[in-house]
Amino acid sequence: MRITIDREVCVGSGLCVLIEPAVFDQNDDGLVELLDEGPLTDAGGTVEDAVQRCPAAALGITPD
Amino acid sequence: MHVPHATDSAAQSMHTEFPEFPMPRSCPMRIPEKYAQLRAEAPISKVTLQHGSTAWLLTRQEDIREFLVHPQVGTDRLLPGSPLQVRLPVGVPKERLVGMVGMDGPEHLARRRLVLPEFTVKRIRQMRPRVQEIVDACLASTLDAGRTADLIEAFAAPVPSMIACELLGVPYEDSAFFLAKTAVILSRNATRPEQENAYAALLDYLEVVVSDKEREPSDDLIGRLIGNLRASGSYDRDLVLGMARLLLVAGHEATPNMIALGTVGLLEHPDQLAELRADPGLVPQAVEELLRYFSISDQATFRVALSDIKIGDVTIREGDGVLGLNASANWDSEFYENPEVLDIHRDVGRHLAFGYGPHQCIGQNLVRMNLEVVFSTLFARVPGLRLAVPAAELPLKNDQIVYGVHELPVTW
Repeated sequence: MRITIDREVCVGSGLCVLIEPAVFDQNDDGLVELLDEGPLTDAGGTVEDAVQRCPAAALGITPD
Repeated sequence: MHVPHATDSAAQSMHTEFPEFPMPRSCPMRIPEKYAQLRAEAPISKVTLQHGSTAWLLTRQEDIREFLVHPQVGTDRLLPGSPLQVRLPVGVPKERLVGMVGMDGPEHLARRRLVLPEFTVKRIRQMRPRVQEIVDACLASTLDAGRTADLIEAFAAPVPSMIACELLGVPYEDSAFFLAKTAVILSRNATRPEQENAYAALLDYLEVVVSDKEREPSDDLIGRLIGNLRASGSYDRDLVLGMARLLLVAGHEATPNMIALGTVGLLEHPDQLAELRADPGLVPQAVEELLRYFSISDQATFRVALSDIKIGDVTIREGDGVLGLNASANWDSEFYENPEVLDIHRDVGRHLAFGYGPHQCIGQNLVRMNLEVVFSTLFARVPGLRLAVPAAELPLKNDQIVYGVHELPVTW
């Protein structure tokens, strides 16, 4: 799977960074940045958790 | 139960058919009992507010999430249907008065982004050593002063206040003044003139702070905001004042209540507290559970429908006020097994204690870090800490918009 991000709507909660710091980061403006663009496996479900908990729906998952 | 304000009694009598909101809590360890009943029997229903208007109450997590991210949901407190429970003064520019929390869409996002860099996970981590120093110093002076204290006055209130003042660049020495004004603004019992005067005094105070920083640049949030706006050629004093007021109030209002209630919650669960003491690695997870469990800002997630919106099988009409009760979402048994049980091992997942949607609390990572430092330090340094009165006797903040207890007598 791959992660999609939409910086236009990102509100910089940082939840994704807290939940999965190997994949998500925030840039200097506080907006989401991908550290690993994939393809990813999500064995622990943390990536999906981060996507679900994004308060602005700025994250998405697409199949490979 | 609250007492309706005398001058609002005529409006009040028009809507007596709906239950009254807010619904009181009866114990520091419980959210309002009525929420569970509504969730089961009438998950989307109307209530009468203190000043006589009506609003919808959303009680299920799914509905609240759906509502708070809906593009036709607004936060404009000046719209007549807004279920705002603070009475705003008239004649103050909107930018000063409501700031970004009362704006939506691109307008809101642009303002939020002006201060977003101050609240990133990375920036908050950098603040941790300084927060530890503040917590250490404040705890030391509490312990030096005797064997008993009101933990709120001695510790839970000053710690977040010092942090917020330092971050913003507002003198901590003035905190007694602006906290007194904020208390009036947020009180259910204050009269309209009292609230308007307090609002005006708070804005006058901040105007002096901001004009000092206009003359002399300072390396703090307000100073940087002024500098950045000037650099981009879009300086706007009202914007800075609105932002300063919002962040100052937000930085003072919620965290003391979470420190106090979190302390009560852990002291009332000695087995879990012992585990935390033995393994500080559990603290971040415990903080999330305490945030879920107490959900002190359940009344802050209020909105206005900007068009007709269908949630479930209910149509909320354009202009109607809606309260999405995050405390109810956080105790929704469809998402949490035994939600009424405090369990620091729980996978808290998507709790809504900081709200949801584009307005989700901008300071949430600062709050988390602050609580982590506070709880790990407090319980490690004061092993004999205990309540000086039974938890059931603590005076509850049912008269305030943000929930907590008025005093927390402790001994050690």
